[in-house]
Amino acid sequence: MNSLARHAALVVAALLAACAGPKETIVLLPNPAGQETAVTVTQGTREVVLARPYDAARLGRSGPEAFPSSAQQVQAGYGRALAAQPLAPAQFTLFFVEGKDEFTDESKRIVDSVFAEIARRPVPDVIVIGHTDSVGSDAANDVLSRQRADVVRAAFAARGLAADKVVAIGRGKREPAIPTGDGIAEPRNRRVEILVR
Amino acid sequence: MTKTSSRPFVRGWPVVAAALWLSLPAHADVGQIKVATGQVFVDRNGQSLSGRVGLVLEADDVLRTGSDGSVGITMRDNSLLSAGPNSILSLERFEFDATTSEGRFDARLRRGTLAVVSGRIAKKSPQAMTVRTPSAVLGVRGTEFVVSVDE
Repeated sequence: MNSLARHAALVVAALLAACAGPKETIVLLPNPAGQETAVTVTQGTREVVLARPYDAARLGRSGPEAFPSSAQQVQAGYGRALAAQPLAPAQFTLFFVEGKDEFTDESKRIVDSVFAEIARRPVPDVIVIGHTDSVGSDAANDVLSRQRADVVRAAFAARGLAADKVVAIGRGKREPAIPTGDGIAEPRNRRVEILVR
Repeated sequence: MTKTSSRPFVRGWPVVAAALWLSLPAHADVGQIKVATGQVFVDRNGQSLSGRVGLVLEADDVLRTGSDGSVGITMRDNSLLSAGPNSILSLERFEFDATTSEGRFDARLRRGTLAVVSGRIAKKSPQAMTVRTPSAVLGVRGTEFVVSVDE
């Protein structure tokens, strides 16, 4: 190829690339929890639904075009983004002695797991939500649920987790894990939920 | 309703603001940088901040990574977003009620690569979370996916 023809070919290639605009691709990943999932890809009036693992779409001038991708292609194209994914939030529940802000002996062991989870994270933030069963008034349970959350926060502080990393909230008897009528002593509702992010 | 939004503060709303503040102690943020490698910047109100691990994010923040950079963020609804090198990701809108899980989350990938694990907002309402690219809108129905925009 002489240099003029070669130059022209490069210009044509550059023009084609410019016309194509940005190259955009979407790939649905498997869901570890096995739930049914999907992503809809809408370009103007055209839509493609990605519903199975590694279903993919690329966007062109004539709308989204579906194609099959694979774990290998995803790793090659998105490895750095996937490697930067934060740890998924972890949830724990501590149970409490009736009418008190003391957690049960079994729950003391769960605190160790919470700390192991906190230790895995460079900048943990922790949310502690206290709940009660339905024995007693709303006002009394609001106070008790907040006391339970505060006890957990204090237990964390005693083990070296700064209080400003922990948000403590009391929800009273409004959000039972096990729905009951009013005035029912239900151990599974006397709890503090802990979310470590 | 505990709500964080990028809308400017409107005069005459102090009661609402107080209610939001009371129900959201120390958490009037939309998310936090949990992972950062290489060059990461956060553009906010015309300024460019260093995108270090621990930085608390606000609605309207734009995250940018350099050619050696990557960043991972956890949003308040437990959504996880992570971007690879040479990426520009805008957090365009984030509103979240921690009690009901109702809210709205719109993000935009202008360039680069993005991995998404959706959180409570998308789980509660499949129409409530979108990710936009230069030419498409992705609707998220409780899921994990990746997106790339190559210029």
